[in-house]
Amino acid sequence: MKEKIKIKDLNFYYGKNHALKGVSLPIYEKVITALIGPSGCGKTTFLRCLNRMHDLYPGNRYEGEITMDGANILEKGLDLIKLRSKIGMVFQKPTPFPMSVFENIAFGLKLLGIKKKSEIAVRVEKALKDAAIFEETKDRLHGSALALSGGQQQRLCIARAIAVEPEVILMDEPCSALDPVATAKIEDLMTDLKKDYTVVIVTHNMQQAARVSEYTGFFMMGEVIEFDVTEKIFTAPSNKLTEDYITGRFG
Amino acid sequence: MTAGVDIHYMKRKAINLLALGASMLCAVFGIVFLFWILKDVLINGAPAFNKAFFVELPAPPGVEGGGLSNAILGTVMITSIATAIGVPSGILAGTYLSEYGRKSRVASVVRFVSDILVSAPSIVIGVFVYAMLVKPFRGFSALAGAVALSIIMLPVVVRTAEEMLKLVPDETREAALALGAPHWKVTVQVVYRGAIRGITTGVMLAVARVSGETAPLIFTSFNNSFWNFKLSEPTATLTVTIFNYAMGPYEDWHAKAWGAAFLITAAVLMITILARAIVGGRAK
Repeated sequence: MKEKIKIKDLNFYYGKNHALKGVSLPIYEKVITALIGPSGCGKTTFLRCLNRMHDLYPGNRYEGEITMDGANILEKGLDLIKLRSKIGMVFQKPTPFPMSVFENIAFGLKLLGIKKKSEIAVRVEKALKDAAIFEETKDRLHGSALALSGGQQQRLCIARAIAVEPEVILMDEPCSALDPVATAKIEDLMTDLKKDYTVVIVTHNMQQAARVSEYTGFFMMGEVIEFDVTEKIFTAPSNKLTEDYITGRFG
Repeated sequence: MTAGVDIHYMKRKAINLLALGASMLCAVFGIVFLFWILKDVLINGAPAFNKAFFVELPAPPGVEGGGLSNAILGTVMITSIATAIGVPSGILAGTYLSEYGRKSRVASVVRFVSDILVSAPSIVIGVFVYAMLVKPFRGFSALAGAVALSIIMLPVVVRTAEEMLKLVPDETREAALALGAPHWKVTVQVVYRGAIRGITTGVMLAVARVSGETAPLIFTSFNNSFWNFKLSEPTATLTVTIFNYAMGPYEDWHAKAWGAAFLITAAVLMITILARAIVGGRAK
């Protein structure tokens, strides 16, 4: 299996706070990699390194190497706009833009330089269908996206992320604000997504990690304690800490 | 034991009633004055309204009749120019504070100074513009009046724009940036979209506020008994007319001053109601 992203000895600092300590792990292409671990263990921090989201705030610093298809994405002067159009992100809370459902998706397409209205319309519909939200929104494409329910908003955000056809999709606890029905829909969706995309998901929910992912990384105190095939992590972890965590002894 | 609990409970009820009564009284006290003013302005002002009031120039002192058409136009003109200067710069400054400056030193200085400017007495701003634009050019002008009003407006617009932009959650900005949008596009196409109603409301309230200013105009646009369409000439405004006419010796002037007061009050009220309607629209 091809390594899409390779993280080597990554250290990350929020100012003086050393948040990630020597993280190394592979992200394989077109599978789902889940990152689990107790709150504050650095899994979200790690995820946000992959699309350089930390660059938005002053005082943050990376050390080490993250290579995607062989190119170091931590390089200074890298075109972040290009990087982020290749690596999409879905956030913990749904983040619809204050505009219509249609415009939410079209926004990203216009960023790619697509101007033809007919092409935008076709791709908006395709993205909505791929994110399993088209049926619910086809009659209100031009209504405000803020009027959708939480679960619908989250699927809209996924549609928005996949409309620009990135190579990797990062998901930061995408279901933590949703009810079980909406969660099930999004999990189904993730399984569909991995046909075309490399998916990295941060989750608090260990059942979710076990259900959807092929690989799982267990984070604690800013370090990767164990990274392996999901089945192995959940049935025969090699580290005592991992075992304690997945059996619910702490965290 | 139960008696003790009862007394305790009664005491709590009494205090509650007292607090409720006191706050209601104070609320009524505030509202009564508003309605009193509205009533007086309406009763005294409405009779002054006739066709001449809106279309004719002021009559010579002591002569009955005439109108305030030039002052109406002057107020509209000066307020519009003030808006054209104050609103764009205010919104852009607010954008800087909310989207770029954030917690930087420059931003906190700008914020602090603009808070001081909000509470600066408008007459001081009038004197300032007098020194900057009237004295050097040897003449009162509509432009000087507009500049004075725009300075009064500026900090109000800056702070409302910033507050409204800040209401757009950071997650929304991050989501747009994560799609590969450049910062300016995120600001213009996403953040502004979310804040537009609030900013519009703030702008309208700022316009309403400066359209009722008198003190800064006395030193700047002064007054004029005739039509004036030139920015470099003294210009009549409703507020300065109220000031002059109300102090004047003629009954007819007093009636016209009431009429002008009614007109301004009605206009400000309409702008405020419109602004509220816009905000109300957001709740849906």
